[in-house]
Amino acid sequence: MEEIVNLFHGFAVALQPFNIMVMLVGIVLGVIIGVLPGLGGANGVAILLPLTFSMPPTSAIIMLSCIYWGALFGGAITSILFNIPGEPWSVATTFDGYPMAQQGKAGEALTAAFTSSFVGALFAVVMITLVAPLVASFALQFGPAEKFAVYFLAFCSFVGLSKEPPFKTIAAMMMGFALAAVGLDSITGQLRLTFGFTEMLNGFDFLIAVIGLFGIGEILITMEEGLSFRGGKAKIDLRVVLQTWKSLPAYWMTSLRSCVIGCWMGITPAGATPASFMSYGIAKRVSKNGNNFGKGEIEGVIAPETAAHAAGTAALLPMLSLGVPGSPTAAVLLGGLLIWGLQPGPMLFVEQKEFVWGLIASMYLGNLFGLIVVLTCVPIFAAILRVPFSIIAPLILVLCAIGAYSVHSSTFDVMLMLVFGVVGYLLKKCNYPLAPLVLAIVLGDKAEEAFRQSLLGSFSNPLVSTIMVLGLIALFWSAIQEGFSRLRTATA
Amino acid sequence: MKRSFWHVALAAVAVFGTSGLASAAWEPVRPVEFIIPAGTGGGADQMARTIQGIVTKHNLMKQPMVVINKSGGAGGEGFLDVKSSAGNPHKIIITLSNLFTTPLATGIPFSWKDLTPVAMLALDEFVLWVNAEKPYTNVKDYIDAVKKAPPGSIKMGGTGSKQEDQIITVAVEKATGTKFTYIPYKGGGEVAVQLVGNHVDSTVNNPIEAVAQWRGGKLRPLCVFDGKPMAYDEPIADGKSWKDIPTCKSQGLDMEYLMLRGIFMSPKATKDQVDYYIELFKKVRATPEWQDFMKSGAFNTTFMTGADYAKWVEAEEKRHEVLMKEAGFLNTGN
Repeated sequence: MEEIVNLFHGFAVALQPFNIMVMLVGIVLGVIIGVLPGLGGANGVAILLPLTFSMPPTSAIIMLSCIYWGALFGGAITSILFNIPGEPWSVATTFDGYPMAQQGKAGEALTAAFTSSFVGALFAVVMITLVAPLVASFALQFGPAEKFAVYFLAFCSFVGLSKEPPFKTIAAMMMGFALAAVGLDSITGQLRLTFGFTEMLNGFDFLIAVIGLFGIGEILITMEEGLSFRGGKAKIDLRVVLQTWKSLPAYWMTSLRSCVIGCWMGITPAGATPASFMSYGIAKRVSKNGNNFGKGEIEGVIAPETAAHAAGTAALLPMLSLGVPGSPTAAVLLGGLLIWGLQPGPMLFVEQKEFVWGLIASMYLGNLFGLIVVLTCVPIFAAILRVPFSIIAPLILVLCAIGAYSVHSSTFDVMLMLVFGVVGYLLKKCNYPLAPLVLAIVLGDKAEEAFRQSLLGSFSNPLVSTIMVLGLIALFWSAIQEGFSRLRTATA
Repeated sequence: MKRSFWHVALAAVAVFGTSGLASAAWEPVRPVEFIIPAGTGGGADQMARTIQGIVTKHNLMKQPMVVINKSGGAGGEGFLDVKSSAGNPHKIIITLSNLFTTPLATGIPFSWKDLTPVAMLALDEFVLWVNAEKPYTNVKDYIDAVKKAPPGSIKMGGTGSKQEDQIITVAVEKATGTKFTYIPYKGGGEVAVQLVGNHVDSTVNNPIEAVAQWRGGKLRPLCVFDGKPMAYDEPIADGKSWKDIPTCKSQGLDMEYLMLRGIFMSPKATKDQVDYYIELFKKVRATPEWQDFMKSGAFNTTFMTGADYAKWVEAEEKRHEVLMKEAGFLNTGN
């Protein structure tokens, strides 16, 4: 019960007028950051960090974490409207969100995305409130082998569910792995596949690839199809929010599953991106509407968004209690904590009660404010689709270019983005799926690193075997299912 | 008539402006880019962002300071960027040991001699840590245990490959005739948590990366890789302070290693420009925020500029060459 008392103290801190103002400013800035592809939560928080040095630490972290929530919300907007994921974890949202927008259901998709984000975050915050110490010790169990097992599970739950021929899926995924391998090999400290070009030192940044493959590729396809933008008939009415809300409770099972996946991925810490992919993959496998996934199924928006937000929120827990960030943005926040003279780690919850619970209370309030802000803007966002393509396309191109540039402040990346755009167009024309390619670019080098770390140390324990078996089951699920149904027909 | 008036006015401003510049010392006229050759959240990143915060808060510079992470190729990306900006005085870079290790290990073409040295801000300490659940309370206990175990079965975690942590590990092996399995991770905070979770047996984390776990009673410091004990005597955990950690040398482990936290700027900078930044960092060092930051990370606060600094860096580069050659970390060329 002590937690509840602390939490109410926290609300008292978070509800001071100055802190509420800071919260609103943070949310709005965050949404803007999330909408701009490439800028991203981590960069956004890093850029705005110095602004907060003159504030009291509690207000400062409230502002920065609200920027973080805002960015999580904002990432969904461009994914749904233009097929351009503003953040890595919104890639899976494009799979069904964009088709929905094309069918004139942008308002529904946005409402579903924002609401599920809120649900995911709320679930994670409640978990943080009640079981923080327990969860923190679970995170300690994760060494390299456990991490690799989790990545393996993410890949497995995603492979084999695409309708494209398996060889095309594998080809696309292998291309992703090859791209992920470029740059510095973190185990041996040697450069790989750079061919002597210093521009390649960095490897291929996931964001550049995604902005090109999805954003530019989509513009090229639309141009070929006669410059028509098919989202024009989107309803721009606030009533769409209420109508969508009525249909959402039917998907409670998907939401709950995605919440659990998200929390788990956020704590371990694998991050929001694998969480969203894994949740999408499993939802597609389990849902009775699974065949409609990828064609504009609302469940395909709910699953990844819920998981991404749950993971994004849960990622703050290991940062506070262990001092290890669960996401790049959490890493920047961690730097902020140190600058304000707070040491994240086991003692923070004991020594800085006001700060910790003020932050946790602001997670509740920040998410609520965020939801209200973005929902009232749904009609405005949807109305963007009514702008003729010939006007909006150049704007998107400029936005993409700025996004690609801002990742590393490098013009080479802008060229790279254009190249990826052409590649994305060609792959789509030849019916190669882009999702496995993207998944491999995001998780490829992390999975490789974890795998080789485990080989160096030869770790092994029951936790690893359990997760690996789960992965194998996910991989061969359709074969297993078929086996069962054959068995049933044979006995019948 | 009106037009010619403006021409005259502009000309006057131009003349006045240039003469003003010529008489006063150099000052930035554009935003200053502060490059970090490492990722967000790491030690160099924290220091650079603290400096940015101090400069902003105390209005130490008329132009804004923009912090940019260029971490590609073990920091090579950032160093190459500054190297290629000759004559641009609006670009400075903070260094860590990758100033020496990256060109030696990867062959990425740069050296500190390509850049203009500005100032050494501080030196970062390295401490040998073990999990507090383990029975080792001093270096001898631990090294004896390592000697007893089969070679390579004891795991040392560290940041990066062929960088400072692994260099120290190899030096410890040489000094004690032992063999560790070195496991590279991406960041220092992660390494400390892996030690808390018992996934590795020891680490050589910087104080700031592990202090929270020490205070939480999860980790135990055995010795510091410095010539003398650290200066901070405020108790941290169990009534022990940074000052109470013995030097490794006094414990029979003869190895010293400190990491440079210094500032360089782009090539071909004039003396005026270098002096401007030296003055700026002197002001930064005088603020209470900086002193708090030094204390929280138990930094060695040695400050150097000019020829002293260059000499120190040159000696350190030679030392890294020797250490890395002995360890077999030099790039053999492809």
